[in-house]
Amino acid sequence: MPRLIKDGAIIEDNWLAPDAESNAPASAQLLTLEQWLQLRDKSGRGVQLEPGEAPAPLLDHLQDIPLVVINFPLFMDGRGFSYGRELRERGFQGELRAAGHFIRDQVTYLRRCGFNAFQPADESQLEAFVASLDDFSESYQATPDQPLPLFRRRS
Amino acid sequence: MYVYDEYDQKIVDERVAQYRDQTERFLAGKLTDAEFLPLRLQNGLYVQRLAPMLRIAVPYGLLNSTQLRKIAQITRDYDKGYAHISTRQNIQLNWPELAEVPDLLAELATVQMHAIQTSGNCIRNTTTDQFAGVAADELEDPRPYCEIIRQWSTLHPEFAFLPRKFKIAVCGSAEDRAAIHAHDIGLELVANGAGEVGFKVLVGGGLGRTPVIGQAICEWLEKKHLLTYLEAILRVYNQHGRRDNKYKARIKILVKAMGTDAFREAVEQEWVHLKEGPTTLTEEEISRACGFFVAPDYRELDAEEQNSQLQSQCDAEPIFGNWVKRNTREHRVAGYRAVTISLKATGYAPGDITDAQLDLMADLADQYTFGEIRSTHQQNLVLADVETAQLYSLWQQLQGAGLATANIGYLTDMICCPGGDYCSLANAKSLPVAEAIQARFDDLDYLYDLGPLELNISGCMNACGHHHIGHIGILGVDKKGQEFYQVCLGGSQSKEASIAKILGPSFKQEDMPDVIEKILDTFLGLRQEQETFLDTYRRVGIDPFKERVYAPAN
Ligand code: SF4
Repeated sequence: MPRLIKDGAIIEDNWLAPDAESNAPASAQLLTLEQWLQLRDKSGRGVQLEPGEAPAPLLDHLQDIPLVVINFPLFMDGRGFSYGRELRERGFQGELRAAGHFIRDQVTYLRRCGFNAFQPADESQLEAFVASLDDFSESYQATPDQPLPLFRRRS
Repeated sequence: MYVYDEYDQKIVDERVAQYRDQTERFLAGKLTDAEFLPLRLQNGLYVQRLAPMLRIAVPYGLLNSTQLRKIAQITRDYDKGYAHISTRQNIQLNWPELAEVPDLLAELATVQMHAIQTSGNCIRNTTTDQFAGVAADELEDPRPYCEIIRQWSTLHPEFAFLPRKFKIAVCGSAEDRAAIHAHDIGLELVANGAGEVGFKVLVGGGLGRTPVIGQAICEWLEKKHLLTYLEAILRVYNQHGRRDNKYKARIKILVKAMGTDAFREAVEQEWVHLKEGPTTLTEEEISRACGFFVAPDYRELDAEEQNSQLQSQCDAEPIFGNWVKRNTREHRVAGYRAVTISLKATGYAPGDITDAQLDLMADLADQYTFGEIRSTHQQNLVLADVETAQLYSLWQQLQGAGLATANIGYLTDMICCPGGDYCSLANAKSLPVAEAIQARFDDLDYLYDLGPLELNISGCMNACGHHHIGHIGILGVDKKGQEFYQVCLGGSQSKEASIAKILGPSFKQEDMPDVIEKILDTFLGLRQEQETFLDTYRRVGIDPFKERVYAPAN
């Protein structure tokens, strides 16, 4: 079973990768945005967003979604950072997972944007990724993991 | 100026540690070139034609003497004994060793400096007016807001992988000395009808391949909303800016494609959710930031007496008089003047400064001002607070070090990027062109007669030398593997900003001084009364220049 980092620990993945061709994806299978949009009963279903698929359609259903995966096919494409942060800001409480080709040096930024799960394409990197989650112990901005900007916390 | 507290220091120290680890992993083969690239770029490290180039951040162009001495020492220990002032008010080193950069950054951190986000597709160093805080035409000091933006943009987790680089400039004065119309975001401190000062927000300005003048999307923004509004703009850009073509990836292309109104609408929609959130600035934070930029302990001086003394010194020594007239300007406080130190002596690369000159500037800053030095986007240095009675002795010391060229604002005070001598992106060399033009027009009386004239040179379309907004712009182009130069006229970075128009077919390097001479002759022939080059150009248009320059030789 594929593994990933969730809440700082390395665990096995219970979800199956999306299958865009499938007409009736299994309940443990992630859905593409298109599949998810067509589904009438969305509760309990996980969805994967690709670059260019902004989370706007998800915003009215955030309570029902246990998992949003944001895929990073290219690590230089930073759209997913905004998607993640926006989902958290609008109240998403479920698992927010980065998947694909992001790199180790991005996980601290991803974490601060509200991601709590990380599934890099290269699984052999998982331990190193955990180590980089906390490259910084302090930051200026208000982010999902630290709702107050530094200027409201300085003593 | 701003002083780090333990938080700021910790962030910079942790960044050094992170980068040290990244460099080690790269050298050990654990990071690919492609993966290391954005990491080193976000720490200011380019790999250039001859060696790596490191760009050190000088937030809004402000340095103290301790920092300047540290830079001098670093150029000796890690480089070849000189540094370069860039058009973003930063300092560049041309020869550091990649493996030594972490040590170099650790040294910078000891004097509250870093190289964070001086390159890469992220928010770059925020720039402003080099005369901030001392200019007589200033509505409000822009530097506290630059510092607030610096902190907000430093290691911002959402905006570290934007479609392209992103530049912000702030202006607080009647005359725009920060080129805010040529930035991704330009902010101008303005008063509303009730006299309350806020920000006018321009977006989508920029140079490069497609030069565009920024458009206002908000005429007046309350100060406390500054960061949430910036965040909304950046979020729209990060999500919708083009990523398929790096030449179409700047925000100006997005604003053009959407139209200014639709872009404003999209920003407002994002802003609804951010406005009044925790990132809203507090009164305390604004006054904390302002507290770092209060007026220093100026002495109460008898301005009249000082001026008459200065006048007799100028009369006695006309070279000094020239320098006072060209390189110093009015100060808000009676008895003081702001001094620009020209780094444009003929025969030296524009913006270059040696370690000995850096040390001297640090000493002079301590001796003649309050220990502060500013770098300018015209690639010069400024001592902002010099007593009028001290100008003469300051000038003598500058003269001894080759730093008293009296050409600020004139033709030979040109902006010039490093070009093909250093930069791996260049189409053509820019430094030899600058030098040939400086050498041709070395006669100061002639220069002064021409009046204020901005000549800007870029070695390629990336336009680091701001050629589009020079009164005369020169652009290096590649024509079948040969270096050629295109000339454009009529650009301006002022509040009546304009983009220069291309004169016509490009020229060979050796012809450039002649071409410039013909342009200047045309101007002198058509000039009315006290017109500047730009005035005349705007009155007569490009045709007379074209006719003269391309006239068949007889
Ligand atoms: S304008 Fe071109 S040649 Fe000049 S520094 Fe920029 S990228 Fe290099």
